[in-house]
Amino acid sequence: MLSKALTTIGSRVAVRAAPAAQRINAKSFSSLGYFPGTKLPYVADLAIKDPRENELIPCYRILNEQGDIVEGATDPELGQDICIQMYTNMIRLNAMDNIFYDAQRQGRISFYMTSYGEEAIQFGSASAIRQSDMVFGQYREPGVLMWRGYTLENFADQCFSNKDGHGKGRQMPVHYGSKNFNYQTISSPLATQLPQAVGAAYSFKIAKEDRISVCYFGEGAASEGDFHAALNFAATKDCPILFFCRNNGFAISTPTVDQFRGDGIASRGAGYGIPIMRVDGNDFLAVHEATRKARAFILKENRPVLIEAMSYRQGHHSTSDDSTRYREVAEIKHWKETCDPIDRTRSYLFRRGWLSAEQDQHLRDNERTNVLAALQKAESKGPPSLNTLFEDVYDVKIPHLLRQEKEMLEHVAKYPDHYAAGH
Amino acid sequence: MNAVTSRSSRQVLKSLRRALHSSAVQPAAAASAAALASAPRETVQMNMFTAINDAMRVAMATDPSAVVFGEDVAFGGVFRCSVDLKEEFGADRVFNSPLCEQGIAGFAIGYASTGRTAIAEIQFADYIFPAFDQIVNEAAKFRYRSGGEFNCGKLTFRAPYGAVGHGGHYHSQSPEAYFAHTPGLKVVMPRNPIKAKGLLLASIRDPNPVVFFEPKALYRASVGEVPVGDYVENLGEADIVSRGSDVTVVGWGAQMRVLEEACAYAEEVGISCELIDLQTIFPWDVDTIEQSVRKTGRLVVSHEAPQTGGFAAEIATTIQDRCFLSLEAPIQRVCGYDTPFPLVFEKYYVPDALKNFEAIKKVMDF
Repeated sequence: MLSKALTTIGSRVAVRAAPAAQRINAKSFSSLGYFPGTKLPYVADLAIKDPRENELIPCYRILNEQGDIVEGATDPELGQDICIQMYTNMIRLNAMDNIFYDAQRQGRISFYMTSYGEEAIQFGSASAIRQSDMVFGQYREPGVLMWRGYTLENFADQCFSNKDGHGKGRQMPVHYGSKNFNYQTISSPLATQLPQAVGAAYSFKIAKEDRISVCYFGEGAASEGDFHAALNFAATKDCPILFFCRNNGFAISTPTVDQFRGDGIASRGAGYGIPIMRVDGNDFLAVHEATRKARAFILKENRPVLIEAMSYRQGHHSTSDDSTRYREVAEIKHWKETCDPIDRTRSYLFRRGWLSAEQDQHLRDNERTNVLAALQKAESKGPPSLNTLFEDVYDVKIPHLLRQEKEMLEHVAKYPDHYAAGH
Repeated sequence: MNAVTSRSSRQVLKSLRRALHSSAVQPAAAASAAALASAPRETVQMNMFTAINDAMRVAMATDPSAVVFGEDVAFGGVFRCSVDLKEEFGADRVFNSPLCEQGIAGFAIGYASTGRTAIAEIQFADYIFPAFDQIVNEAAKFRYRSGGEFNCGKLTFRAPYGAVGHGGHYHSQSPEAYFAHTPGLKVVMPRNPIKAKGLLLASIRDPNPVVFFEPKALYRASVGEVPVGDYVENLGEADIVSRGSDVTVVGWGAQMRVLEEACAYAEEVGISCELIDLQTIFPWDVDTIEQSVRKTGRLVVSHEAPQTGGFAAEIATTIQDRCFLSLEAPIQRVCGYDTPFPLVFEKYYVPDALKNFEAIKKVMDF
């Protein structure tokens, strides 16, 4: 029985292993090495297999920098409506970034992070998954939530920590979330959401729900131990999850050359037995197509997929960062001028005749007006009431918290002037 | 000291130990209490690991979403706690994870975030630290940070903890104080099979993430008549194991066996101890300890973990604040020393019965 099983596995592995052996011109024997869980061809020549000799994993694109279909590519023909919708959202996110960034500079909100340069990643992918798919983000994916219907006012409410904001003013700005939109609340510790997304995917799988987890993270976060944990768990438990890496070249000041020495993040998939795709993150059509294909594969095969979207972080890391201290202004300018995903999308729309310069200007003015209105409205709302400080630590307020709440309220009542309402 | 080593005192200890490890169960749920009052519950003799196994079996049978996973749980676990569960509930619900504690914790949180029940095992409490970030920054804050929109409350981490005679640095630790310092978590430690089953079922069903530390020294050593079927013990409630009038002695988990012995020594010299099992380390039952100390005027708290920053410090400070006018002597802490847990000197390191006996005499003689 055992030997029969071994023979069966042996023939399968031998077929799979043969091309690899040929590639490295190894002198292989007819015999195979039998080890627990695997079977390997033996070789007689000792060679170091250096990944630097591997060809780089190519980057899939549909549109070039001018918004033209590149040679050999096929326009997926998504249609005017969805393309215009994606572009509109890009403009909206860009307007929100511009105005919220300035609001932080004026001290009206405490913190902000822009998405400059990564708009195509967000809307290209968000438009290719289902609303029921559970999204676990890092922090530079507000567009995914925007695509699902989170309003400018929702965003502003969270950033102003007002009484209507998600999270009751407890987390820093840009830590959005929405149960209605299946978008799990953002938290600051990097990569922690990766194994969580795998656990959620496993839940969907064994409950036979027709949905996947989609987990976004940057190339810096992929250095965390939780990245390793997540990919390995996802592979061994055959989880329906899409790992979506935003490789934008920098983790705060750290360039990728200080982050890893392999072929980016995509090359790591093979080691975990996870299928991968690498895509031009500034090409909204390519991102959409890759994500669409990945989702179908994930559900059909019940296996994870890893997408690495290549891009460039055009903005500072956050409002607490001045990125010109570690990279040239000329470099930023180059990417902004030649590789901007919004410009590329607009060029495509112009070429298709789906957008005129006039309509474009109107759209921009309109979104700017909407963002300003949302900002003003959010700013005028008061903070959450003070007793919410002790809510939601547990499902109910435990006696310890009731005692501490009472102490605090009595103290505040004693010194009301010092603890003025609001911020 | 003669009394301590005499044959008669050993016999007393034996009977006391029996009593401690087979104490009658208090049905926690009011509804089931009424049903139980009429007919005595059927029980079966179990040790700690079979009681824990039984608790998980009940949890899985009553909640189809419940999964049990961790390193080596599929074949029954290195301490036999998950034995036969895979055969009973299927490989989708009882499965091995890769060897990675942060992955186990993160996976459990994500699974629970979809509203389903995750029972995750960390093989030894000593190895829970790679999961510390997931437990402290993620699980504990999940509900709070989302304003209640998301939670991972249907999540329980089980981990064997504590001295085992030869566990050295990494098979002996008692990390409860680290977790008690984290708002959003509950920390539970049972002392015998009856409590283990009832408290574990309560932990699994509690709508908050719970860290459940099992005294591995008692997996086989502690035997009791465990109620058959489904029952829970209330979390957040201490259990008065024996009534007394001179000194309040507080501990939890495996240390209760040591304290029982110490209280027997004290009894021999005419000191009446009120022994209390805290059971839930956080949120802990302040009122029960406070009432006891108001009566006795003296408090000894003991745990295996190192003294500095140990949970005894929290209890001592709170009780000192609550019972200042009742206290007749300084509160004594009898704990592990502030060293890593040693191998060859374990006997000297642990806060054993004699060290506790000395502390009890000290608060009496003050």
